Amino acid sequence: MDKAVDSSLAPAVKPPMLLKTNIVGFNTIVIRELNRIIRIWGQTIVPPAITATLYFVIFGSLIGGRIGDMGGYTYIQYIAPGLIMMSVITNSYGNVVSSFFGAKFGKHIEELLVSPLPGWLIVAGYMVGGIMRGLIVGGVVTAITLFFTHMQIHNVAVVISAVLLSSIVFALAGMINAVFAKNFDQISFIPTFVLTPLTYLGGVFYTIKLLPEWAQGISHANPILYMVNAFRFGFLGVSDVDVRLAYTIMIGAAVVLYVSCVWLLHRGVGTRE
Amino acid sequence: MQALTFQQLTKTYKNGVQALKGIDLAVEEGDFFALLGPNGAGKTTAIGIITSLVNKTSGKVQVFGHDIDTELAVAKSCIGLVPQEINFNQFETVTTILLNQAGFYGIPRHEASKRLEKYLTALQLWEKRNAVSRTLSGGMKRRLMIARALMHEPRLLILDEPTAGVDIEVRRTMWSFMRDINAAGTTIILTTHYLEEAENLCRHVAIIDKGRIIENDRMSRVLRKLQTEVFVFNLRNPITAPPVLPGYSVSMPDDHSLEIEVSKDQSLNDIFSRLSASGIEVLSMRNKTNRLEELFMRLVNQKETAHG
Repeated sequence: MDKAVDSSLAPAVKPPMLLKTNIVGFNTIVIRELNRIIRIWGQTIVPPAITATLYFVIFGSLIGGRIGDMGGYTYIQYIAPGLIMMSVITNSYGNVVSSFFGAKFGKHIEELLVSPLPGWLIVAGYMVGGIMRGLIVGGVVTAITLFFTHMQIHNVAVVISAVLLSSIVFALAGMINAVFAKNFDQISFIPTFVLTPLTYLGGVFYTIKLLPEWAQGISHANPILYMVNAFRFGFLGVSDVDVRLAYTIMIGAAVVLYVSCVWLLHRGVGTRE
Repeated sequence: MQALTFQQLTKTYKNGVQALKGIDLAVEEGDFFALLGPNGAGKTTAIGIITSLVNKTSGKVQVFGHDIDTELAVAKSCIGLVPQEINFNQFETVTTILLNQAGFYGIPRHEASKRLEKYLTALQLWEKRNAVSRTLSGGMKRRLMIARALMHEPRLLILDEPTAGVDIEVRRTMWSFMRDINAAGTTIILTTHYLEEAENLCRHVAIIDKGRIIENDRMSRVLRKLQTEVFVFNLRNPITAPPVLPGYSVSMPDDHSLEIEVSKDQSLNDIFSRLSASGIEVLSMRNKTNRLEELFMRLVNQKETAHG
C-alpha cells in the first residue's frame, strides 16, 4: 500500500510578495552583519579601541603637550575628531571587505545570489553592516577620547552627517575591494598600501597649513582630507577645506560607489561565472 | 504546467569552453527528474543558469512560466537549491543558517522557526540545531543543505549530487524524504553519479553529454532501450567449468558464480531450465550492473565513438 502523502511537506502555494521579501531580506542581512560584529568583538571592536588609546596616550598626552596649539585648540583636541574619523573609516571598510570576501571565499555568498533579493538591496545590507561597525567603533573611540580631553560640539548635524557619509563611502569602497579580491592578500593590500597612507596624510594629525604649498595642493587630491575636516568642523568649527566642497565630494563618492557596487553585482563580477 | 523549460540554452565560458550547445528541455510540474551526465557534461552549468549563479550566453529559461530574463526574482523564489559543494557559513549554527535563509526569501522569523523545527526533525537534525555547522559530519552537512533549500518551501527543488559521500543508511533516509516531498507536490530535479539512486527515485531522465542532451524520456522507456543485460547467478555448489548454453554468452568469474548475458528476446526461464538440466542449482540472481548505469555508459560511449 502506498504511503500517505504528508501535506505539511507541500510547497508554498504562493511565495511572499516581493516588497515583503525585500524588507525581511534586508533586515536579515543587517542583523546577520550585526551578529557577526558582536560574535567576533575581539577582532572588530577591541583592536581599534586599543589603537585609539595608544594614539591618545602617545600623540595626545606625551608628545601633544610639547607641540602646542593647532588651529586654536590644544593638540589633543585637534586630533580627536581625526582619530575618531580614522577608526570609523578603517572599520567601515574593514567590515565589508572581510565579511563580503569571507562570504565569497566560503561560497555562502551564493545563499544571497540565488535568493530573490535584488542586487541593490544586498549592497545596501552590506553597506549598513559597515556603517554599524564604523559607528560602534567610532562610539567606543569617542568614549575613550573623553578620558583624555574635553570635546565640544560646534554643529551636531555636521558631525552626524559627516560620519555617516564617510562611513557609507568606505563601506562601499570595501565592497568593491572584496568583489575584485581573489585571495586574502588582495583584501589587505588596499587597506595597507592605499587607505592607511591616505588616512595619515589626510589631516588627521595636522593642519595642512603647516605643509609647503605644493604639498597642500597634493593633499587636496586626498578624499580623506575632506572627510576629516568636515567632521572636525562639526566638533571644533575649524576646517582646512570648504565644508560645502567636502559634502559634495562625500555625496558624489557615495553615489558613484553605490551605483558601481550594484552594477558589479548585477554583472556578476567576482561572484558569478 | 511546466516547472522548468530550456529553449536553445547555450553557455560559452570566457576560456572558450562551450559547456552547453543549445539544449531544449522541459520538466513537468510534480515530476521527479534525473539530469545525468559524466563529469564536465554541463549539468552544473545548467543548474547554475537556472539559479542565476552562471550567466547564460543565449537561449531562454522559464521557471513555472517566469522568464529569468524578465521575472528573475519571482523565478528565484520558486527554486530551492542544494548545491554540489558545501556552501553555508561554517561559523554559524544550524539554526542561524536556516533562519537567515528563510529571511532571504521573505519568511518572517516566527514562521521560519516553525519550518526549521519541521525540516530539522524530518531530516533527523533537530538535536544538532544549536551546533556550529563546521562540527557536523559530512552526512549531516548534506542534510542541512536540504533543510536550508526547503525553508522557503520552493515549488522546484534542485538537488545537485545531494548524497555524494554519504553512507548508505543516511542515503536511504534522504531518498525516503525526497520521495515524501515529491509526493507532497514539490518538483525535483536530481543530478547524481549514483545511477541506482536516479533509477529508484526518478520518473523522467535526461542525459547530457558534452553540452548536448543525448537522451530525454520516461525512465521506464529509457530502460527498455537496453538490448542486453548481464545477470550474475550465485550457485549452491562449486563448478569447475562454465556450462555450455547455446545462444548465450556465459562466463565464470569464480567457482560459485556465473555471468550470463541475456538479450531482450531471450527468457530467464529458459536459462533456469538449462542450468537445472546441467545439475546446477542457483541460490540467487542479480543484475551485474545497474540498468541505468549500463545504458548511460553505452549512450555516452556511442556518442564518443560517433564523434571520434
